Amino acid sequence: MRRWMPFPVLTATLLAVWLILNESVTPGGVLLGGVLSVIAVRMLLALDPPKGRIRRVQVAVKLAFLVLADIIRSNRAVATIILRPDSGKRTAGFVLIPLDMRSPYGLAALACIITATPGTIWVEYDSVKHTILLHILDLVEEEVWIDTIKGRYEKRLMEVFE
Amino acid sequence: MTHLAEVPAWVALLTALFLLIGAGLTLIGSFGLLRFDTFYARIHAPTLGSTLGVGFVLIASMLFFTVLESRLVIHEVLITALMIVTTPITLMLLGRAALYRDRTEGNDDVPPSQATVVKPDVVIPEATGDQPPPA
Repeated sequence: MRRWMPFPVLTATLLAVWLILNESVTPGGVLLGGVLSVIAVRMLLALDPPKGRIRRVQVAVKLAFLVLADIIRSNRAVATIILRPDSGKRTAGFVLIPLDMRSPYGLAALACIITATPGTIWVEYDSVKHTILLHILDLVEEEVWIDTIKGRYEKRLMEVFE
Repeated sequence: MTHLAEVPAWVALLTALFLLIGAGLTLIGSFGLLRFDTFYARIHAPTLGSTLGVGFVLIASMLFFTVLESRLVIHEVLITALMIVTTPITLMLLGRAALYRDRTEGNDDVPPSQATVVKPDVVIPEATGDQPPPA
């Protein structure tokens, strides 16, 4: 099973994408989508992807809702900053955050979260020192941001991916 | 678009509302792009359009076509997923390019590279501020 289908979750996801795009679930569609997904994952193996798995789905789902709430809140915050007449006075700046997480999938997920949240951008990752450099639009307190990234996202991502 | 008459008023209103919110957020984002001063501040602004801006447009699309075609239309979810997964690539590419240029030009407003401090045996030459003569 493992040799024939090395990434079962990815294969299932690709099949789901195929079925959603076709907007129908027919035996023929499932068969064609299934064969294509297995072939696509086998082709991915040529890129030698690192091993990884999702350990705690429950934490992942909770994190997704947390991120959704954060996206809505920071959309409002950034829109307010843009529309405020004195928006030139805000203090934007860089923050260097040390990370304990090493899983490449966890880091990728963190990059998606940080980018999807307006007001924070992932600028650089140092793979030797394990730090990320973020640019923050409304930088009031550096410590607050370090605590947010580490306590809110990294801790949960480590539970999911490590 | 004769089908439009078949859509109940509350669906049409809700769709219009979501479209306006989505378009409005995207507009505010573009306005911010125009208004902010530095590159790093500027790339924050369009993320409004790429998150909730597109999100509201997709919700409007799902709602409208689900009612219009009397079946669940949810393939817009894929757009959301693909946007979330792909925007970091572009943003990181832009951010790192800007950072690289600022460090090479010796601008003080960006933090120095960590790589020079960590591994003395693999020294990445620091920017000296010497500019090559213009061609």
